[in-house]
Amino acid sequence: MNAEMRPKHVGSRVPRREDPRLLTGEGRFVADLMGPGTLHLAIRRSEHGHARIMRIGTEAAAAMPGVVAVVTASGLAGALQPVHATSRMPRYQATATRALAEGKLRYVGEPVAAVLATSRYLAEDAAEMIEVEAEPLPELSDPEAAALPDAPVLNPGTSSNILVERVFGRGAVEEVLMGAAVRVGGRFRFRRKAPVAIEPRACLAEVEKGSGRLTLHSSTQVPGILRDALSEALDLPGHLIRVVAPDVGGGFGGKASLYPEELLVCALARRFRKTIGWIADRLEDLVSTSHGFDEIVDAELGLDADGGLAALTAEILGDVGAGSIYPWTAALEPVQVASFLPGPYRLPAYRGSVRAVATSKAPTGPYRGVGRPIAAFVMERLMDMAAARLGLDPVEIRRRNLIRPEEFPYKIGSGIVWDRSGFHESLEAACKAGGYAALREEQAKLRAEGRKVGVGIACYAELTGIGSRISAAPGMPINTGTETARIELDSTGAVTARFGVASHGQGLETTLAQVIADELGARLQDIHIVQGDSAAVPHGTGTYASRSAVLAGGAATLAARTLRAKVTEAAAHLLEASPGDLEAHDSRVMVAGTDRGLSFREVARAVYSEMGRFPRDARPELEASETYDPYFGTTASATHLAVVEVDPGTYGVRLLRYVVAEDCGKMINPMVVDGQVHGGVAQGIGAALLEEVVYDERSQIVTASLVDYSIPTAAEIPRMLVHHVESGPAPTLGGFRGMGEGGTIGAPAAIANALSDALGISVQELPATAERLFRATNL
Amino acid sequence: MTTIRLTVNGEQHEAEAEPRMLLSDFLRGPLGLTGTHVGCEHGVCGACTILLDGASVRSCLCLAVQADGCTVETVEALGTPAALSPLQEAFRAHHALQCGFCTPGMLMTATDMLRNHPLTTEEEVREALSGNLCRCTGYQHIVDAVMAVARTRA
Ligand code: FES
Ligand code: FES
Repeated sequence: MNAEMRPKHVGSRVPRREDPRLLTGEGRFVADLMGPGTLHLAIRRSEHGHARIMRIGTEAAAAMPGVVAVVTASGLAGALQPVHATSRMPRYQATATRALAEGKLRYVGEPVAAVLATSRYLAEDAAEMIEVEAEPLPELSDPEAAALPDAPVLNPGTSSNILVERVFGRGAVEEVLMGAAVRVGGRFRFRRKAPVAIEPRACLAEVEKGSGRLTLHSSTQVPGILRDALSEALDLPGHLIRVVAPDVGGGFGGKASLYPEELLVCALARRFRKTIGWIADRLEDLVSTSHGFDEIVDAELGLDADGGLAALTAEILGDVGAGSIYPWTAALEPVQVASFLPGPYRLPAYRGSVRAVATSKAPTGPYRGVGRPIAAFVMERLMDMAAARLGLDPVEIRRRNLIRPEEFPYKIGSGIVWDRSGFHESLEAACKAGGYAALREEQAKLRAEGRKVGVGIACYAELTGIGSRISAAPGMPINTGTETARIELDSTGAVTARFGVASHGQGLETTLAQVIADELGARLQDIHIVQGDSAAVPHGTGTYASRSAVLAGGAATLAARTLRAKVTEAAAHLLEASPGDLEAHDSRVMVAGTDRGLSFREVARAVYSEMGRFPRDARPELEASETYDPYFGTTASATHLAVVEVDPGTYGVRLLRYVVAEDCGKMINPMVVDGQVHGGVAQGIGAALLEEVVYDERSQIVTASLVDYSIPTAAEIPRMLVHHVESGPAPTLGGFRGMGEGGTIGAPAAIANALSDALGISVQELPATAERLFRATNL
Repeated sequence: MTTIRLTVNGEQHEAEAEPRMLLSDFLRGPLGLTGTHVGCEHGVCGACTILLDGASVRSCLCLAVQADGCTVETVEALGTPAALSPLQEAFRAHHALQCGFCTPGMLMTATDMLRNHPLTTEEEVREALSGNLCRCTGYQHIVDAVMAVARTRA
């Protein structure tokens, strides 16, 4: 068989290598590592939205059975430096990430004190006995009030609650708007979400006897970022700190930041020279894991008489909670809304002004989609509002405005550049797969019977696999744009490849092995992938921002190619053949067109173990380390089509059909891609219809259980039809585009449009609960 | 402390527990069966689902003492990495798991449902699984896997 005809691993539905252990209960999650002798940490959290700490009484707690220590901020003095998420952005005000509150309490759930005890039950008993005396200060619950110049300031060291303020844009927006034939606009509200990975956050720190080396096992997406932050906070060299993310039970952005509990277990493990573990219960997870989204957007769109977009203006107010989360900063979420608002459309004039405002709520951070679900919701509603005013079909107005193939690369008003992506192809594919024309006829029939059926379309584009040219979070000074792979062939002929990424459900142990198998010519079973371990490579960050397939896939490709050349050269020497005549496949190097060759095992044995097979100065190194930097990143895009029916009695919503047509470039494993789309859409459906973190006017969180914060079950999620279009080669190595977040970006917009269509209203607040739909329709 | 005797996955066990200890913690701690996961500890997520005397229950809503004298089946009873059960095989073939944290509970719920219900339509399968939360998969592949097994039954 020649090389072209040989089946490739990339592009096939390879069953995942993670599955056997996860299916049999043999996975290792952090909570599974709490062996006998582990001390359990329990945390006493703030019950106030905003208060000054007067006294923390620890005596009663310390006297409880099984208690080893009770710790407050003053007890940590000298052991830990606070960590600051800094930014290059002008007028950015940094806030500190501390292990325990100092001086003030800023949100319900903020860690105040900690108990170490011999069991989790005893630690929690004792935590309740800690007396926290605090003098209440005015809570900052409403972000608009918190942004006023005379509002009380939440964070010491800042001059106001406005942590970030920025304006993006181009063109004479006001002028163009004034002259536009049609203007549509209004206020849009996207409520706060919780990521809700089914595994609550957990971490465990241990200190190796003798060396003093600290290992933090954490249910995190970013072991590399944590290692570097801990090195600063603990003032230790990196070789004394290792951060391992074992099996991680979902993340969605909620596990992509540094948390106080991680600082705590590390500092205390070093002090007590004991293994110390903390497992969040669901209440803690809901009040303390970074929340997502939460913006108010006032927007106006102007169009010419033919429905061509002319100008867009938007004021974005991000309710970012108590302060910046490390390393992403409070800019991440609301600035991303402004960056992506123009969407995949030709839009000459744009101005987006954004403010990130601190409030007495848990900090927001990355959550699947980051900013873009809001951007798509606002823009796609405006498109439908404009279509209705102009008497155009929603598909037609998009057709007229989507950037055309010959217009790429296209720079949008916020400065982001789209490379060639299947904007039109996705729209047409979604309409075809969803049977759009027939749908409209069917809808008319059902409507005549009095049924409230609506069809909604949403188009969006996102930047994925972002390289070193721009930061994954605007202004953030850490490099998220490169990825290193280290690969080696050991003396048995087995391959180990190490990465800085950290899988938390994506199946990277499988997909990266697929890439390496093809590029190196090795069998899958001979390849071991090391990920989720800060010791794997000198610099790594982790898995977030739809980066891993693009960046780690690229690094894997480069490193495997280099190693393949080395193995081939060694085999050429052994076979007395020319390297050009050799080809590697199935973990063998063969003389092309013959059955003469050597297995990787034979080559490795000759190189490492058999003396005299190579001249002394020509002994090959069977290893390679390569770094990949996609520099700009690449565009991924999709169209979502939703069909909904609203019960006129209860205003309950049923999704009748859901179609996604997306361009994610070349797929490494189509099965994994489909799974990512399904999961993303399900989260988008939750965001559109069900999920809302609610704080009352005193900044008390009232959704601190899964009864009050409900996420979709199998009964609410419809069967989804996913259609892949490939518009052309992506500029990335391997041709991969990122696709981990897209589902969540498109779904809220498509559903808001479908609901608006069904009820003849304009849905401008999500989630569109039954009560909100009832009010919008009747009041 | 109370002594609890029970049969887990066909083996007799005896261990001490405080009266307030949850069955989920008892299985994971003293018995070392960490395959049963804990996602909420308030009876919503279903990650902790086990079979107690044959019926699927949430082990975070039971006390260990309530299981005294009972028969328990956990995910560890189904198959091994080298020899997956047909249901586990179906989950793998249909990519019904991503992070795998909800998976043990899903498998135990599905085991109960497949034993006791016809599960002939997709709607029935979705209803049967609606007490188990999964945040990764959007459920479609899980539904496909369970339907595939349901179809192979006599
Ligand atoms: S842990 Fe028992 S139902 Fe969630
Ligand atoms: S696979 Fe992650 S929660 Fe279900």
